[in-house]
Amino acid sequence: MDALILARLQFAFTVGFHFLFPMMTLGTSLVILFSETMYLVKKEEAYRKITDFLARLLGLIFVVGTATGITMEFSFGMNWSGYSRVVGDIFGPMLAAEAVIAFFLEAVFIGVLIFGRNKVSPMVYWLSALLVFAGGHLSAFWILAANSWMQTPAGYEITASGKIVLSNFSQALLNPSTVIRFFHTVMASWMTCAIMIAGIAGYYVRKGLHGETAKMMLKIGIILFAVTPLVQLSLGHLHAIQVIETQPEKAAAMEGLFKTTKGAPLYLAGYVDEQNEKTYGIYIPRMLSFLYNFNLNSEIKGLREFPKDNWPQVNLVFQSYHVMVGVGMLAIFMGLLGLFLLIKDKLFEANKYLYVLPFLIPLPHIAHETGWIAAEVGRQPWIIYKLMKTADGASVVVSANQLVFSLIMFFLIYSLLFAMFVYLFFKIVKNGPEE
Amino acid sequence: MENIQNFQLLWFFLIAFLFLGYALLDGFDLGIGILLPFVGKSKEEKDILINSIGPVWDGNEVWLVTGAGALFAAFPHAYATALSGFYPAILLVLFALIFRAVSMEFRAHDEGRAWLWEKALFAGSGLATLLFGVALGNVIYGVPLDYKMEFTGGILTLLRPVPLLFGVVALAAILMQGASYAVLKTEDDLQLRCRRALGIILWVNMATATVYFVVMAFIFPSLLSNALFYVAILLSMLGLAEILFSLRNENDQALFWKSSLFFLGLWIAATAAHFPNLIKSVDATHLGITIYNGSTTLYTLQVMSVIALIGMPIVIAYTFFVYRIFKGKAQARHY
Repeated sequence: MDALILARLQFAFTVGFHFLFPMMTLGTSLVILFSETMYLVKKEEAYRKITDFLARLLGLIFVVGTATGITMEFSFGMNWSGYSRVVGDIFGPMLAAEAVIAFFLEAVFIGVLIFGRNKVSPMVYWLSALLVFAGGHLSAFWILAANSWMQTPAGYEITASGKIVLSNFSQALLNPSTVIRFFHTVMASWMTCAIMIAGIAGYYVRKGLHGETAKMMLKIGIILFAVTPLVQLSLGHLHAIQVIETQPEKAAAMEGLFKTTKGAPLYLAGYVDEQNEKTYGIYIPRMLSFLYNFNLNSEIKGLREFPKDNWPQVNLVFQSYHVMVGVGMLAIFMGLLGLFLLIKDKLFEANKYLYVLPFLIPLPHIAHETGWIAAEVGRQPWIIYKLMKTADGASVVVSANQLVFSLIMFFLIYSLLFAMFVYLFFKIVKNGPEE
Repeated sequence: MENIQNFQLLWFFLIAFLFLGYALLDGFDLGIGILLPFVGKSKEEKDILINSIGPVWDGNEVWLVTGAGALFAAFPHAYATALSGFYPAILLVLFALIFRAVSMEFRAHDEGRAWLWEKALFAGSGLATLLFGVALGNVIYGVPLDYKMEFTGGILTLLRPVPLLFGVVALAAILMQGASYAVLKTEDDLQLRCRRALGIILWVNMATATVYFVVMAFIFPSLLSNALFYVAILLSMLGLAEILFSLRNENDQALFWKSSLFFLGLWIAATAAHFPNLIKSVDATHLGITIYNGSTTLYTLQVMSVIALIGMPIVIAYTFFVYRIFKGKAQARHY
């Protein structure tokens, strides 16, 4: 294999692995902030126990996220030095700002959240919960702004010597996909944690463990589980419209649309034959056009409008996009079912539903990983959309042999981290909140 | 042109400041990681040592992330050349830092294998420290670069005697950061052992620092006519002497600052020798990456300056606030 493919594989593997952890952090920090606020207001012990339990989980999640995040900060220079030399002007400041404005805040105050319960006043403890929440979300904003700039670059100029330089920082930062990508990703994280918390609490309630604390946790989890997938549906919709408008090749690949079509169909599931440029599957006629601007006959650009060298891997984008949407639909159903049971006052006795809940915990992870694959593979062959090819971004001095070695090492070490994470996650859950 | 040079200058010093902050703060975390098997006898003592850094190490590590991000944003050529050129070494740094980070958390929950995670903490901390020193030694001493600013050496280039010396100097200095912080945070027998360790490490640093300053004067003769070099030597020697007196009088309070003063001296000498280079070329001066040929544009440097000059004082303020929360002796149990 050549060095480029290996470098891409390594980046995909390391960032795909890292992504799992911040996605658990944001939502967990939200629930911690909520339960700590309730504890401050109502002084009910159950809320404090929920905070303390989640802080313990957050400690484990955050440490693996930080450890694997450092890899990302270094990887642009290590594996993508061609890219780094060109975009230092724009991409660099966003990473640096993320550290100064956001990551410091999160990392410093998470220490108080995990170790400081008995060392600070309730007000300072609450403030730490707020700052960890704020730091985490701000951090996501900067990183996603940097990622969005690769998708829909703005606020730049190209100099006579071909360098891409910054011309307007706020335009680069708030490029056409930043805001919607931020909300879509944050909502995915909240959904991930809603299902995680509902799953854990559902297990406790079914087993009759941890009494009121578990019931309270289940209630919070289920309400969030009912709300977040629905909000995500509309955010996903807005994100898709943005992709159709700013990255039409990617949008066409997501739906396997080759020919520019008035009244384009929406596939529920299917398969793209890239050789013969045909898409097979179950579809709703005209639905894609309708969803785009509520007009059954609106025109959606097909892949053939663009040179074939600039197409992404269509079937991969199509499949991962559809897996994400499918999981989202399942989440909407399960979340509303939970809410229905809660309103009918049957949730705590609904053993079958509670039995299924913990098995749903991996589902949102599948959704955000496949959504991310659709977004990033859909951008190929560009590293910066229409400005720079991925092939031109790779490090010239890193050989294929070095990459084989590093990829194997990352695979082994991350597998160990993953196994330990799952093992300790179960252990913390088993120990549960304070009785 | 006048204008951009001011900003390039500013960013050279800001990045030097960020990496100094990393070395001083995460330095004591790393130092304690290395000292752990030597001074911690029982499980309880090891708990105390690890808990002394538990609430703060992740904030300290952000100084590294910030330094790397700032280097990327201000001097992308230096960032790209060093990280891709030193690929195998940087890879090891990453693995070392990963194990250093997770080992403390894993140890807390996985009691049965605590011994394994203690070894990982020790190895990760030691290897990262050594390699940081070696990497810094390479960019200061110089590496082979081609006309496209790409590194043309191999692993053996990275392991030349002068960079290795930097590694050893770093290891000794970071051990002293760790030992002086440990004395501050411990009590009774454990503190006695930490103090004894510091007593030994002090003399090791006396030796490594002497060799370091002599070697620096040989490699960079211009330092001999640079007042900063003498200031640097003075600060380092003052730091060591202060620690010696503190140990004699059993005065623990300012030990950590004195050790930091010593490190500051080493750092000033390195900065004075290096300026305005970012990555020196061994073959021909004009191939080297400097703050002048390696920087981003004026506008980016200005935007970054606003972010850093407003952001960093706030970061430093709340970092102080959180350190105050956790001041005092560390306990064996926290949660």
